[in-house]
Amino acid sequence: MQRIARQIRCDIIRMIHAAGSGHPGASLSAVEIVTALYFSVMNIDPSRPDWPRRDRFILSKGHACPVLYAALARRGYFPADELMTLRRINSTLQGHPDMNKTPGVDMTSGSLGNGLSCGGGMALAARLDSLPARIYVLLGDGELQEGIVWEAAMTAAHYRLDNLCAIVDNNGLQLDGFTRDVMGVGPVSEKWRSFGWNVIETGGHDLDALVRAFESARETKGRPTVVIAATTKGKGVSFMENECGWHGRCPTGDEAARALVELGETL
Amino acid sequence: MSAPVATRVAYGEALPEMGELFPNLLVLDSDISKAMHTGVFEERFPERHFDFGIAEQDMMAAAAGMAAMGKIPVVNTYAVFAALRACEQMRTFIAYPNLNVKIAVSHGGLAVGWDGVTHQGLEDMSIVRAIPNMTIVHPADAVSTKKLLPQLIAHNGPVYFRLGRNPAPVLYAEDRPVTMGKADVLAEGGDVTIVACGLMVSESLKAAELLRESGVGARLLDMHTVKPLDAAAVIESAALTGALVTAEDNTILGGLGSAVAETLAENCPAPLRRIGVRDCFGESGDPAALFDKYEMSAAHIAAAARSAIAAKQGRQRQ
Repeated sequence: MQRIARQIRCDIIRMIHAAGSGHPGASLSAVEIVTALYFSVMNIDPSRPDWPRRDRFILSKGHACPVLYAALARRGYFPADELMTLRRINSTLQGHPDMNKTPGVDMTSGSLGNGLSCGGGMALAARLDSLPARIYVLLGDGELQEGIVWEAAMTAAHYRLDNLCAIVDNNGLQLDGFTRDVMGVGPVSEKWRSFGWNVIETGGHDLDALVRAFESARETKGRPTVVIAATTKGKGVSFMENECGWHGRCPTGDEAARALVELGETL
Repeated sequence: MSAPVATRVAYGEALPEMGELFPNLLVLDSDISKAMHTGVFEERFPERHFDFGIAEQDMMAAAAGMAAMGKIPVVNTYAVFAALRACEQMRTFIAYPNLNVKIAVSHGGLAVGWDGVTHQGLEDMSIVRAIPNMTIVHPADAVSTKKLLPQLIAHNGPVYFRLGRNPAPVLYAEDRPVTMGKADVLAEGGDVTIVACGLMVSESLKAAELLRESGVGARLLDMHTVKPLDAAAVIESAALTGALVTAEDNTILGGLGSAVAETLAENCPAPLRRIGVRDCFGESGDPAALFDKYEMSAAHIAAAARSAIAAKQGRQRQ
């Protein structure tokens, strides 16, 4: 999986560079989370993206879609060369995830805050049909500022949605700066706990720890689980790490080349 | 004809039968199950009824998630809370992916009355009409409500179903077919056409009577499907009568009046007068008194019809 994670990081740099715009920092931050889900945890079949019993993934922080598209391509949902069409006209790969255009995308997303509500609805529907499907929703820590997140947190606890698992990509940065300076969302774990959720704190770049966290979430009955993943925005590219300037900036050719060298590849 | 019934009540009464007809139908409430009369559905299908509390945005986005799993969720709230508070959830997560969610709203229009501006949906039809993939159905009475409900549930895509708070006169005979997307001619006349929706259909029927008493023939179209508009019916009516009035309990900006004006302007320009809320907010009060004050009652519709007819005659003299 570590090899796949490195491959996905390279894909992210290449596709955002080719697109000329995108969100490298937020994408790199979530690489291990998405890799663990798509290459170990989730019960999916890339040859049947519409299989009703499959697990679902919602990228609520939809601006990080390069990481999702790279994972889907590397998992076999569509050819990897399509990644280079990101954000281009007529592309299947929109600037934010589109469930009708991209095979493997389970829910349209990108307007922040809404993914957990969509996931709650999916979890209720799955339970009603006695489907084994688990629903995973990835949120950013800045995204927790959206009020609807806490409406959804209430709903999931009220309906005891133990088939729902939220993940907070807790990288501490948002577009305008450090989350704690823009609008503090802490104490994050205590907030979720007080809403009735099972809270698991883990390192967000440790694949084994993430897989263990998702296994523990699966075994937790009677309440939803949130995995608070400690991450570094821009992880894996030294000059992008912990720099809010890389939230939504496209690397120049030189910067992309340097990033790929750090990741052990060339442009 | 039977006693007046609020369209929201007719809707709530019909839901259990819809639950039988459509096994995938789910009903979502936001603490107004009493107002929407969804309790009868909940009693029959408790496992298919979900309350989201006073959290319309969460309810709307959760409905999108349910529809993505193959369900047909019907969310229940008031017009302002669906089209304004939860507008983005409706637009981005339901309309954009074209998910099969039905949005049933009560309290559309000035007719809400006593609750005042906060609860009067005056802009909702205009807002929803601007969103691609959305269908808008706004029935006039209890009978057409019950006839349109199974059609809009069977329609594969999002529908905004606008219902009224207060009792509305029953206009349709039980055996009269009503088809979503097709305007119904409720009165014939050669001088002017009134195109109305919702509660304004019965108000327009009264206006047609007033006009008939003074020798003016008014054709009345019940445009229960506001979007997509039955443009053919508008064009045909323009050819038959040459003058038109629209009547809606909504702002005249962007709703039924605008839809008819757009159709006329692009196809067959004809004098048009629009009855509705004229770019202002409402206020608390008795609905009938509000209709008088805001110039939306039968007398005002009749006066608008005479004005449109005069404009037509002025054009003919030129």
